[in-house]
Amino acid sequence: MPTTDELKERIEQALPGADVQVEDLSGGGDHFRAEVVSDRFQGLSRIEQHRLVYEVFGNEIGGPIHALSLKTSTPGGPT
Amino acid sequence: MSITTNEEIHKFLEQAIAENEVMLFMKGTPDAPRCGFSMRTSGCLNALGVRYAAMDVLPDPRIREELSTISDWPTIPQLFVDGKLVGGCDIVTEMYETGELAELLGVPQPEDVEPEPPSVQPPTQAAPMPLENRLEN
Repeated sequence: MPTTDELKERIEQALPGADVQVEDLSGGGDHFRAEVVSDRFQGLSRIEQHRLVYEVFGNEIGGPIHALSLKTSTPGGPT
Repeated sequence: MSITTNEEIHKFLEQAIAENEVMLFMKGTPDAPRCGFSMRTSGCLNALGVRYAAMDVLPDPRIREELSTISDWPTIPQLFVDGKLVGGCDIVTEMYETGELAELLGVPQPEDVEPEPPSVQPPTQAAPMPLENRLEN
């Protein structure tokens, strides 16, 4: 079962320098919420920003990670 | 007994996206959502009072698989406007709260921006049902 620390670490590895907060919404390790602030998101649409994070987990989304709710932004604020 | 192939499902989904200006793929239906994320997303559309078509992805797992190959988006719900993916629950909710969704859909932003629980009213535009009907044949 994935943990919040594991998810946080994997997002940080994929997006170096990102500020990542992950919480387990259900307490059961399958509904997570992540807030990610990264300068990699600069100039990208919300869809593209979320895709960058979803790509870290591939098929695990909808599988072991039933749901990953996302809020993405750039260090300067929402784009 | 008719057998629906993945290609037929794929084609049907592409057609539904092309033919419906506002097309929501969800778990369950707007009046009986089967997932909190789907409920919130249809709730945003209901609160804006826009006409939209909704399709339940649950009757056949291949609907979801084929939809993801079209949209390159891993989760349900998925909202399409004018044939383009707008996003899932997080993005739609965020855009609803900021007024961007109202702007995109060309309707006024309601004063109360809290997403309402899904309306008991069914969407004014009939959901595309033939696929599900075919699947049950």
